[in-house]
Amino acid sequence: MSYALEVKKLTKIYKNGKQALQGVDLSVPEGSFFALLGPNGAGKSSLINILADTVHPSSGEVTLLGKNLFTERKWCKQRLGVVPQEIAFDPFFAPRDILKIMSGMFGVKPDMKWIDELLERLELTEHAKKNARQLSGGMRRRLLVAQALVHKPKIVILDEPTAGVDVELRKRLWGFMRELNDNGTTILLTTHYLEEAEELCDQVAIIDQGKLLTSQSMASLLDSVGSSSLVLEYHENMTMTDTIQNKLAAFSPRIEKNTVSLCLKKNDSGQNNFNDAYQTAIALLGEAKSVSVQNEDLEDVFLRLTHNGNTV
Amino acid sequence: MNWYGCWTLYSRESRRFLNVKMQTIVAPALTAIMYLIVFRYAMGDREVPGLEVAYFDFLIPGLVMMAMMQNAFANTSSSIMVGKLMNMQIFLMMAPLTAFEVTLAFLAAAVTRALIVAVVLLLVLAPFTNISIEHLWMIMFYGITGSIIMGGMGMIGGMWSKTFDDMALLNNFIIMPLTFLSGVFYSVKQLPEAWQTANHFNPFFYLIDGFRHGFLNVGDTDPSQAIIVVSIATLSTVLACWYLWRAGWRLKD
Repeated sequence: MSYALEVKKLTKIYKNGKQALQGVDLSVPEGSFFALLGPNGAGKSSLINILADTVHPSSGEVTLLGKNLFTERKWCKQRLGVVPQEIAFDPFFAPRDILKIMSGMFGVKPDMKWIDELLERLELTEHAKKNARQLSGGMRRRLLVAQALVHKPKIVILDEPTAGVDVELRKRLWGFMRELNDNGTTILLTTHYLEEAEELCDQVAIIDQGKLLTSQSMASLLDSVGSSSLVLEYHENMTMTDTIQNKLAAFSPRIEKNTVSLCLKKNDSGQNNFNDAYQTAIALLGEAKSVSVQNEDLEDVFLRLTHNGNTV
Repeated sequence: MNWYGCWTLYSRESRRFLNVKMQTIVAPALTAIMYLIVFRYAMGDREVPGLEVAYFDFLIPGLVMMAMMQNAFANTSSSIMVGKLMNMQIFLMMAPLTAFEVTLAFLAAAVTRALIVAVVLLLVLAPFTNISIEHLWMIMFYGITGSIIMGGMGMIGGMWSKTFDDMALLNNFIIMPLTFLSGVFYSVKQLPEAWQTANHFNPFFYLIDGFRHGFLNVGDTDPSQAIIVVSIATLSTVLACWYLWRAGWRLKD
C-alpha cells in the first residue's frame, strides 16, 4: 500500500518542558478518509502543526507521498492543505482576494473557476467582496477551508474544522469533503464529533498523551474492540446479589437501577451468545419489561481506550 | 525559487499599505510638511555653519530620508505584528516560500512604500526649495539601502514584539533616537568632537548624509567609507532577517 503520510517516531517537547508527542508512528494510506482522534491535549494539534510547518519537531521523521517532509518542504507543501484549528484571517482583504493571494503564494496562478467553485461550495459567494473583518466566526472557518483547498492539494488536513459551524452547513461541508475524497484526495481529520468520524472515515487512529493507542480501519476497530451488550429492563430496581454475580459471571453483569446489562461475545463464526445470555438471565431474574441489544460505538471505544470520560 | 509566490507576497504587502493610503502615504507627507513650515519660519534664511547651504534646503533631504526610513520600518513591522495578533503568520509558514523569498518580498514592499513616500514628499516640497538632483546614484543607493535596513529592522522588530507595547518601546527608544540623532536636523560639524566621533558609529548617519549629498553636493562623510559602512549594514540586516525567519524566531514553537 502506498501512504500519503508516514510519521515515524515523532516527538515534540515544548520549551516549557511539556512532552506533547512521545514517539508517534502513524501511517495514512493514500486516498483514505482518516480520523485522528484523542482527548484535548493528546497531541493532535502538535502533530498537525508539525506537518503544517508552524511548529518545529523535536525528533522523528515524516514522509509525504514518499518524500521527506523536512528536507523537501517546497514539494511537500504544494501537495498539502491544512485547515488550522485556530481561526486566522487576513483583516486587510476580502475572501476572493485572500484566496487569490493564498493560491499565488503556493506558486499557483489563481484558477478563478476553482476559486468561484470553492466560494460557492463553502457558501461564501455573497460575502466574497466583504472585508474578512465583517465575516462571522463560521464564515471565517469556512474561508480557512477554502484557503486550504485553493491550490488543489493531494492531502488535506482538517483540525477541528466544524467547531462552531451549524449542523446543516456541517453536513454540506462533509458532503464536499467526501466528494474530494472520492476524487482521490487523502483527508486527515480531527474532530470532537465522534459520530461524524464514524460516519465519514474509513481509517482511524487514536492518540492520547502523545502516544498512538491504535490505528486501523474504522470497521475493524468497531468490530474488534466494539462488543455489544444485552440490556434487560425491569419494572422495579434490581440489586446485585452473589447468586447473580456467580451465575452470570460469564457475561460480566452490571446493574444500574432497573436495568441489567450483560456483555455479549462473538464465537469464531461471528455469532454472539445472545441466546445463552438471555436464557440464563430470564431463568434467574424473570421476564423483563423490555430487551435490547446495544452495540458499542466509537464513542464507547474511544472512552475505554483513553480512560478519559470527561474531556471529550 | 518560487518566484510567483514571492511576487504574490510582495504585491500583498504593497496592496496592504496602498489600501490604507491616508495613514501610509498622506500622513507622513503631512508630517514632513509641518516640520518644514516650522523650520522655515524659525530659521529664516540662515545657513548651516561650514556648509554654505541654506538651512531650509539642508533640511529637506534629511526629512525625506527620515520619512522613507520610518515608513519602511512601519511597513514590515506592522504587517508582522498584525499577522501575529490575527494568527495569520501561519499562512506564510504553510506556503512553500523559503525564508529568502519571504525576506525578499517583505523588504521589496518596504522599499516600494519608502520610494512612493519619497516621491510624494519631493513633489510636494519641490516648489518651496532650490535643491536639485546632483548625484542620482547616491540618492538611489542611500534611499534604497536605507529602506532595506529599516524594513529589515521592522521585520526583526515585528518578530521580536509580543504586543503593540513592545513595538512602541522599540520605536520610541531605539528607532526614533537613532534617526533623530543621525543628522537630519543638523550637520555633525556643529557638534562637539566627541559626538562627531559617536555619530560615525551610527549607520543612519551615513545614510542620511549620503542621501543629502546626492542633492546638495556637500557632505560630512567620506563617500567611500560611507558606501562600505552602508553596504555592510544592509547585508547584515538582510542576513539577520533571513536567518531569524528561517529559524522561526519568536514565531514558531
